[in-house]
Amino acid sequence: MNNDNETSPRPVPSLAAIFTAFSKIGLTSFGGGLSGWMMREFVLRRAWITEEEFLSGLALAQSFPGVNVVNLAIWIGFRLRGGPGAAMGALGIVVPPMFVAIGLAALFSQLKESHTLHVVLAGVAAAAVGLSLQTGIRAARRAARQIVPLLVMTLTFIALFLLKLPLLWVVAAMAPLSIGIAWLRLRKAGASA
Amino acid sequence: MIFQKLGELLAVFGPLSFLTVGGGQSIVSDIHRQSVAVHAWMDDGEFLDLFALSRITPGPGSLLVTLVGWHVAGFTGALLASAAIFLPCSVLVYGLARLWARFQHTPWIRAIEAGLVPVAAGMILAASATLLRAAEGGPWAWSVAAASTLALMFTRINAFLVLGLGGGVFWLALG
Repeated sequence: MNNDNETSPRPVPSLAAIFTAFSKIGLTSFGGGLSGWMMREFVLRRAWITEEEFLSGLALAQSFPGVNVVNLAIWIGFRLRGGPGAAMGALGIVVPPMFVAIGLAALFSQLKESHTLHVVLAGVAAAAVGLSLQTGIRAARRAARQIVPLLVMTLTFIALFLLKLPLLWVVAAMAPLSIGIAWLRLRKAGASA
Repeated sequence: MIFQKLGELLAVFGPLSFLTVGGGQSIVSDIHRQSVAVHAWMDDGEFLDLFALSRITPGPGSLLVTLVGWHVAGFTGALLASAAIFLPCSVLVYGLARLWARFQHTPWIRAIEAGLVPVAAGMILAASATLLRAAEGGPWAWSVAAASTLALMFTRINAFLVLGLGGGVFWLALG
């Protein structure tokens, strides 16, 4: 391990704690936006990883093949406790909700007729947008400190939301551009230091 | 017969595991095609029921695959279909994470991490806006979303409570 030069020691949660934390995310996150839940839980509440690590992990998890939230769980789990941590993260986020899904499927014939249930779920989904938006606003504040990252962020948003271009294309175009600019900036900072 | 169905589930979802790029929506159309047209596991109505159910279930939206497996071959089918969709890509990402850790403090990795932050910010904002556009309830949905965003940003309120309140407001207003 070459982590000896990390300046601030971080808490290292147990494998059981990793599994429990990801199970909690998996079981309590409705209406999409699981990444918002993960950010709130692991960056803000528990401080297991930094916001920067989380956001770069998120972008990577979304641009690589595989189920995004599972990718992200593997990513965070690995950073916390290596291979076993990655396994606990993935199992935690998949297995408990899987049993809930199967149970709900078995009950479905009674559930699908209820108007009230449908309305309540729509309300839950609307509130869940807040989680996603909170993460987006925090990330935007980081990106908006300099003009180029702000431009990259705005272009990404326009391409995805207004132009509805496929995510893969957008990331394939914006990520190398943004990384190249970050590389030049880091090199300049390194040269002047 | 059951083994043939289990084999079909593996053959359909294993390769799809690598195609789930960008939000999981990309493979839903193919799951539909395979389940209804190619393998005739179910009809359109049954597929839509399973899809709706996968949206209101907690956890990853990809649990649609679990439900298809459950429909096709019961509990064994559910487990097998889940393993087929989640395992192959997980192994790939795990390999990537290991590689990443090895080169963590090199300038290139730092540039990649810094460069991805604004891209991620744009993606999350676009995803939030898309969710809002799709939300049912019009102004009620926008108000609930705005209120929950503010509550989550400026208080230490439990996120689960926020969701419960959202459901409660809709129940009182529209139920």
